[in-house]
Amino acid sequence: MDAFYIITVSTLIAISCGILGCFLILRKMAMVGDAISHAVLPGIVLAYFITGTRDSVWMIVGAGMLGIFTTFLIEFFHKKARLQTDAAIGVTFTWLFALGIILISVFAGQVDLDQDCVLYGEIAYVPIDLWITESGQNYGPRALHISYIVLILIILFVRIGFKQLYLTTFDPAFAATVGISVSLWNYLLMGAVSMTTVASFDSVGAILVVALLVAPPATAYLLTDKFRNMLIITCVIAVVISFFGYYLAVYLDGSIAGAIVSVAGVLFILAFLFSPNNGIVFKRFMQKREAARMSRGALEKV
Amino acid sequence: MKTEAKDPVVEFHDLTVSYHKKPVLWNIDMTLPKGALIGIIGPNGAGKSTLIKAAMGLLPLGSGFVRMFDRPLDKVRDRVSYVPQRESVDWDFPTSVMDVVLMGRYARLGLLSRPRKADKEMALNCLRKVGMDAYTDRQISQLSGGQQQRVFLARALAQEADLYFMDEPFAGVDAATEAAILGIMQEMTAQGKTVIVVHHDLQSAAEFFDWIILLNMRLVASGPIDKVFNNDLLQETYGGKLTVLAEVGELVKKRQIPSREKY
Amino acid sequence: MDTFFEFFSFSDPNVVAVVIGSVLLTASSAVVGTFTFLRKKALVGDAVAHSVLPGICLAFILSGSKNPLFLIIGAFVTGWISLVLIDNITTKSKIKEDSAIAIVLSVFFGIGILMLTHIQHSGNASQTGLDSFLFGKAAALVGSDLVTFGIVAVILLVTVGLFFKELKLIAFDASYARALGLPVKAIDLLLTTLTVLAVVTGIQAVGVILMAAMLITPAAAARFWTNNVKTMTMIAATMGAVSGLTGAYVSYVAPAMPTGPWIVMIISAVALLSFFIAPKRGIVSRAVSQRKLQYQIMDENLLKALFHLGEEDDDTYKGRTAEEIVEKRHFPKSRLMSSLKRLRREGFLTKKGSQWAFTEAGKLKGQRVVKLHRLWELYLSKYVKIAADHVHEDAETIEHIITPEIEAELERMLEYPEMDPHEERIPY
Repeated sequence: MDAFYIITVSTLIAISCGILGCFLILRKMAMVGDAISHAVLPGIVLAYFITGTRDSVWMIVGAGMLGIFTTFLIEFFHKKARLQTDAAIGVTFTWLFALGIILISVFAGQVDLDQDCVLYGEIAYVPIDLWITESGQNYGPRALHISYIVLILIILFVRIGFKQLYLTTFDPAFAATVGISVSLWNYLLMGAVSMTTVASFDSVGAILVVALLVAPPATAYLLTDKFRNMLIITCVIAVVISFFGYYLAVYLDGSIAGAIVSVAGVLFILAFLFSPNNGIVFKRFMQKREAARMSRGALEKV
Repeated sequence: MKTEAKDPVVEFHDLTVSYHKKPVLWNIDMTLPKGALIGIIGPNGAGKSTLIKAAMGLLPLGSGFVRMFDRPLDKVRDRVSYVPQRESVDWDFPTSVMDVVLMGRYARLGLLSRPRKADKEMALNCLRKVGMDAYTDRQISQLSGGQQQRVFLARALAQEADLYFMDEPFAGVDAATEAAILGIMQEMTAQGKTVIVVHHDLQSAAEFFDWIILLNMRLVASGPIDKVFNNDLLQETYGGKLTVLAEVGELVKKRQIPSREKY
Repeated sequence: MDTFFEFFSFSDPNVVAVVIGSVLLTASSAVVGTFTFLRKKALVGDAVAHSVLPGICLAFILSGSKNPLFLIIGAFVTGWISLVLIDNITTKSKIKEDSAIAIVLSVFFGIGILMLTHIQHSGNASQTGLDSFLFGKAAALVGSDLVTFGIVAVILLVTVGLFFKELKLIAFDASYARALGLPVKAIDLLLTTLTVLAVVTGIQAVGVILMAAMLITPAAAARFWTNNVKTMTMIAATMGAVSGLTGAYVSYVAPAMPTGPWIVMIISAVALLSFFIAPKRGIVSRAVSQRKLQYQIMDENLLKALFHLGEEDDDTYKGRTAEEIVEKRHFPKSRLMSSLKRLRREGFLTKKGSQWAFTEAGKLKGQRVVKLHRLWELYLSKYVKIAADHVHEDAETIEHIITPEIEAELERMLEYPEMDPHEERIPY
């Protein structure tokens, strides 16, 4: 049963991240996603400290606001201080992340958080951390409830705003001319990324969540050129990496989150090499066949 | 040399546009006629694309204003269509020809609603007009340059606008596509629609357009082709930059001066 | 406070070692970071930093020891592989650079974490030091570790010194460098190697996770203070060194505290400060110069208004009241008064009772603004072909920024004209 809970929770998280990640990588904003996932840390620590619990909705909302603030800050440094974008991203998130780590050290003992948790989460404890009401009713693992609620919210968001997200991603200039606010939808998407990051933080930590945001969508992107299929494949990958990642971690006696990400990396490399229309091995094979055909054609002519 | 249009569709009034605070267009002031095929001509860096981006509200205006159908753009967005440069989007994007054309209908759909059957039929019609109806389900990454441009044109047609701004629609397309696009544009203008095209090739400009705008950081000329397309004006347009204007532009950028005083 | 003096008296040889070590490490990564920053590859450093973790763990698993030499080699290998992968993914597939960086970064780190937790759980007693590579531990910089890391840092600095010219050129303009016949690929390779080395040296002090900050932040901050690459390198190195010193101090005072975050906090504070207060490029300085420009525009408009009044009744030096001036041009009252006082202080105006009048200098200045205004109007209508009734607004702005050089050129081009497009005399 423990294995089932862990795999389910990580699948749900990976699907949430993956759906948003599909938009992120197509917007060429993967590193902004990386920055947000680091930068929400101080918000999380403060929310832990103030509310004393780790499951409040306010924490997700509050820390999520910090994610939007990060997006704003990056833009501010870029526009007002005229710092190049990559440096603006780098300066912003390292600073906020360092602040978060220091806060953890300062509040050590008062907050149930440590550096390991920040790095790779505590998904192994999911089955232990149960949601029990005051009357003693046991509703199962708390993380399970959080992760499916987040997934539902993400699906609703993407469903409602699909046209706007899709169009601002593909052709922002055109979107602006038909009256869609590009920056509004950008902030909404970043808000969704922040919320998902915060909600996933407990399970996979701040850094590995980036892998879930980027690796499965990128793998899917290599396997298809239809957006709908990209979303479907991302979800399938989420299930596969959660399942194999869990058992790899058990086998190696290591971090589950680390193992899930490792499996995601392996899948990406496989797609990169062997994807039927984009893989480099396949491309080379086609080139060889083409070359052979050409030389045969040349021979026949002779 | 400037001819004012009777019953103008677009009016540029004293438009100054800056790019990263540097003025690239100075005091553009002109009116454009309804139902004309209008070419914007000028050397590289003359501000041709900047002019239509500013008109579409994609760049902040330093001063002046643009009116279409005698109203500000925000009031008439559904009557105006913009076709960006082909290179401005990522053609590896996972989407199909049909999806791109349907984007032209998005503005008419509400937040939640999906394209209906009527929208799809309309989109298919537009694809037929540009000769791409055999490619509806093709992924855009598999299209040639000319086909990409046709798809963009189909998307613009699907908007059912009355005024079209197109950024370099003839750049890097094959001869067949060029002829097809020109044919569609002429058909559009025959229906009373106005098409404004950024164009870089002088030779073909004389054949394509019936109204020409000569641009080089400032408006050199605007008017019917027989009045404007002559050696003197072309010489003036292409005969090098106005150095003083360029220098002052640099100064404006350096000093970050507001382009208009408050009082 | 005692520990403060204890530390900064440098009487403890351990303190000296730690200080030298962390200053050297942070400064050398800041130096290399300057070039990755200028080459717009700042985030690549982030990827390398995360990617050295599996290398360190693998070296530990294979060698079974914490010998820094092995760890450095391991880190170097995976750091290099990460860069090759990013390059390959971007060039050989439709994945764009940002996604490639994010994938390599997070996946390598994930593999590293898997290995690290595996080592920890297998109960190997000597591994305890490994997690100090995550967030850095400057205090651990003693003895042979210091020597090894120190040597790498010195190699790094010397190499940058030797190839300074080439690195600068490709950071500034790679295609120009290629046109000059420089081996751009080889130099890029060198920069890549230096980046990996910088990360490898920095991790002991800052840790892999925040190492990116040591590459990016000092360079970004230094950029605000100078336009000269050499000066920029020096400033970045100094800023890096200061933050390294602070890190060493924190590590000394609170041994349980990771040093990396503190170093990053210090360098980020320096950077934020630079963004705001640096002369010329800083946000505050730009706001100040905007304000000065506003004053200048106000003053010149006022002098111009006075000159116009003088033109109207042919008496340039006649005194005028504030009300008369406002009637000529509607200035807000408070701004008008402060501008009048400012101009009097600077000797452009005199005041008799409530009457303000030109001094000789003031008249000349007002006259010049009027002249520039009319020259520009003439230029716009003659050369830019703008209708005479549309040139005034534009000239209102441009009259304030025309330099004497452009003024001379306008006079020459327009052949010292007498009248502007509105048939008003241009005063000389």
